[in-house]
Amino acid sequence: MWAFFHKLGSPRWFYGIAARLAPWCWGLALALIVVGSVWGLAFAPSDYQQGNSFRIIYVHVPAAFLAQSIFIALAASGFVFMVWKVKIADMAAAMMAPLGAAMTAIALLSGSVWGKPTWGTWWQWDARLTSMLILLFLYVGVMLIRRAFPRPLSGSKAASVLAMVGVINIPIIKYSVEWWNTLHQPASFTLTERPAMPTEMWLPLLIMVLGFYAFFAAFTLTRTRTEILRREGSKRWVKELFKEDA
Amino acid sequence: MAFESLAELWQMGSHGPYVWTAWGATLGVLLLSVLLVCGESRDVRRTLRRRLRREGAAALKSTEGRHEG
Amino acid sequence: MSACSTDVEPAVVAVKEAGAGLGMALWATFQRDLVGVARRPADALTPLVFFAMVITLFPLGISPEPERLAWIAPGVLWVAALLSALLSLDGLFRADYEDGTLEQLLLAPHPLSLLVVAKVLVHWLTTGLPLALMAPLLGVLLALPQGSYLALSVTLAVGSGCISLIGAIGAGLTVGLARGGMLLSLLVLPLFMPVLIFGTGAMGAALSGGEWLPHLAVIGAMLALALASAPLAIAASLRISVHG
Repeated sequence: MWAFFHKLGSPRWFYGIAARLAPWCWGLALALIVVGSVWGLAFAPSDYQQGNSFRIIYVHVPAAFLAQSIFIALAASGFVFMVWKVKIADMAAAMMAPLGAAMTAIALLSGSVWGKPTWGTWWQWDARLTSMLILLFLYVGVMLIRRAFPRPLSGSKAASVLAMVGVINIPIIKYSVEWWNTLHQPASFTLTERPAMPTEMWLPLLIMVLGFYAFFAAFTLTRTRTEILRREGSKRWVKELFKEDA
Repeated sequence: MAFESLAELWQMGSHGPYVWTAWGATLGVLLLSVLLVCGESRDVRRTLRRRLRREGAAALKSTEGRHEG
Repeated sequence: MSACSTDVEPAVVAVKEAGAGLGMALWATFQRDLVGVARRPADALTPLVFFAMVITLFPLGISPEPERLAWIAPGVLWVAALLSALLSLDGLFRADYEDGTLEQLLLAPHPLSLLVVAKVLVHWLTTGLPLALMAPLLGVLLALPQGSYLALSVTLAVGSGCISLIGAIGAGLTVGLARGGMLLSLLVLPLFMPVLIFGTGAMGAALSGGEWLPHLAVIGAMLALALASAPLAIAASLRISVHG
């Protein structure tokens, strides 16, 4: 177990394994998102209350899931980096943060576009949209503090601490915002509970969610490989790798 | 299929603009991030290769064959 | 070494002395910070004056009608309190960072996470508590209805404890940065939002004749959580800022 952990922490080993995994993840993401999109847009039945605007759920919910998961992943990587000094964890955290922020923005945008036909306004202080907005602020903070320090290592540590503090606060924020606005719709889909939606509606949603997660994995693997080259460019194994290449 | 024709799919029963805006933005962001990831990877590789070539040339010129870790 | 260091030095020495107990070190840190605030009362007064000024802006900007003011008063008082806390948080560790005291604290044989609690306590005593005591006066200016003054003071007193603790994490992270103050507000304001929600919730409950103590209990729970976990984060952030 520990040997595996240390191996995983070695940039050289990770560079190799990520190269083998990434194409599969990209392929899986593409396949799932294409199938989910066609199914969700054209084949899933329309909602009897919301009509076709309901089809926004197939991008809104996966983006919101990913936005929250990536923040948790940031905090987990920060913990691994601070406790075991695993550099790969920090590289991955630095690389995935922009995707998390983008997904939060997408969840906000699609939520408000969905709100227009459903609620009649572009923005409502709905509990889930509000906590998404606060999550976006947390992402901005983590991304800004990393760049604020003259020494990259200090920035990495500061971003890790802030991500951990943020992740402790996320449930508190979520529950207080929900309490503040009890008028929100309850979450329509969770992975653990069987949703009230008919199968032909939630199956494409599940496919889209999985596709987004595969995209996240592929994105992080590929970008972390790039970051390894950027940070470890003067290491001997990188030089040898590129000598063979040329 | 939930729609009779492609035109109906496009209109989405008057909800077309909303659905297509949300979907367009999302798929656009995904596509854009793929392009950025590819571009970033290519740039880093190119600069690294250029630097190694320069270093290699410098090492040959000095002919001492000193190796920096 | 600054001119005022003559009286301060014994405290620092006490902290550094390996034989001195933890209680002694905490007391010395507490005393030293309190003396520091007493020497520069203007620093402690600035957030209070800022608080009063922000409150003054609202009747000018919205309307002097008592009914309207009463409607917005709880939220305005709380938001102004959060903003003025930001103002004071920026300076929480700055002087200590610049004159090297922070480095001494890091070298002390006692756990940094406990020593910072003494510093945060001083911050709360000199900014949060005065703010909570002063808020009812400004509540009068905003035509805050009867019955919510006690709720205002008590929730602000407990809530500002949370704010001092959470804000100190951000202050520790940004203390070494040139433009840390601006970044500090971005980092900690999202974390203040739950306190704001329950603080104004308590006042809303008090105003409508309901029970506001449950809301206070929630803020108290947040304070307990912050007290248990924030000191570790504050210590880690100070280590990052001082040693990198």
